[in-house]
Amino acid sequence: MKVAISCTGENLDAAIDPRFGRCAYFLLVDTETETSQAIANPGAKQPGGAGVQSATTVVQQGAQAVICGNLGPKAAQTLTAAGVKAYASNHATPREALEHLRQQKLSPLN
Amino acid sequence: MVTPENAVICFAGGKGGTGKTTVAANIAASLAKQSHTVTYLDCDVEEPNGHLFLHPHIERRQRVTVPVPKVDINRCTGCGKCAETCQFQAITVVNKKVLVFPELCHSCGGCRLVCPENAIAEVPQEIGTVEIGHAGNIRFVQGQLDIQQVKTPPTIQAVKQHIPENGIAILDAPPGTSCPVVETLQKVDYLVLVAEPTPFGLHDLQLVVEMARVLHLNFGVVINRAGWGDRNTYDYLQKENIPLLGEIPNDRAIATAYTRGELAADTLPQYRDLFTQIAQTILQKTSSTRELCKN
Repeated sequence: MKVAISCTGENLDAAIDPRFGRCAYFLLVDTETETSQAIANPGAKQPGGAGVQSATTVVQQGAQAVICGNLGPKAAQTLTAAGVKAYASNHATPREALEHLRQQKLSPLN
Repeated sequence: MVTPENAVICFAGGKGGTGKTTVAANIAASLAKQSHTVTYLDCDVEEPNGHLFLHPHIERRQRVTVPVPKVDINRCTGCGKCAETCQFQAITVVNKKVLVFPELCHSCGGCRLVCPENAIAEVPQEIGTVEIGHAGNIRFVQGQLDIQQVKTPPTIQAVKQHIPENGIAILDAPPGTSCPVVETLQKVDYLVLVAEPTPFGLHDLQLVVEMARVLHLNFGVVINRAGWGDRNTYDYLQKENIPLLGEIPNDRAIATAYTRGELAADTLPQYRDLFTQIAQTILQKTSSTRELCKN
């Protein structure tokens, strides 16, 4: 499964960005191969509609789940329409959040 | 005495609480007393307050709408061309499903034009109300944006559609220097900037002067609450060669009238001449601006 994590940096030990629409990077993690790739979030600098843009981007990147701090209403609507599950995590790093996702300890956002 | 048949005069000033509405409403009342045909249009549609001083009788109300896209899902193939063309993320396509966010839409109609399946129609979205009435012999128009709506400029446009062919239109602008103010200033003949002689007042005046210059508008300044603060605003006007149209003193009597929802030009005889004089100066400046434009 491909998971998109809102992130302040470009690797698994960077901090999770509590924002979804305006986070700096999305870390795309393949949970089977345990490989990750960071992409700059095009929504970060949008004057408006950042949530829609960010959600559309992660869907286009093939993410089947999202981990972030919180979701805005438009991002939530977009992810739900695409059938992508979003989970809340306030864990310090994406690595820890992924571990909690595996153990099904994260609460769903949409 | 110069009496232009028709002129659009806008009162702005950058800073909130500087006295734009107080000055605009008093000048409107003053001009009406001098037998001019006056229409007061409150363009501060996020929080119109001219009605508090003019006490209009509202005769009719019109809903303001803007066109937003509606997608026929039976025709939509999910090609995503509409989302590609939208600069405001008002429409997006995820996994062949199209989603519309009307609150982000700027009503450009681009999505409808690029749709190869003709699946997009435009439907009206209600965003606000325009109220039209009379306050004595002043014609009164005000816009009111609906709660939760952010489409200020189209609501201001709807108010400005009521600028009469003849007579003097007094536009009360919203505070600031962003889109709503720029929208209000379109096709204005003369701009009156209301400023306080304080450091805050001067700072915001400088911003709004910069904006007026970018928009190539002729303008002058009315100092409100003159007598307190400092002289820096006056020095600035002199240095920048900006006309000082008048000064309204920092008098408790004016503040008391304001808190009662009364116009100083109506209830304080000692200020009637002052407002008449400022109104005349503004009309003279407006006419000379028009002469310049003609030549």
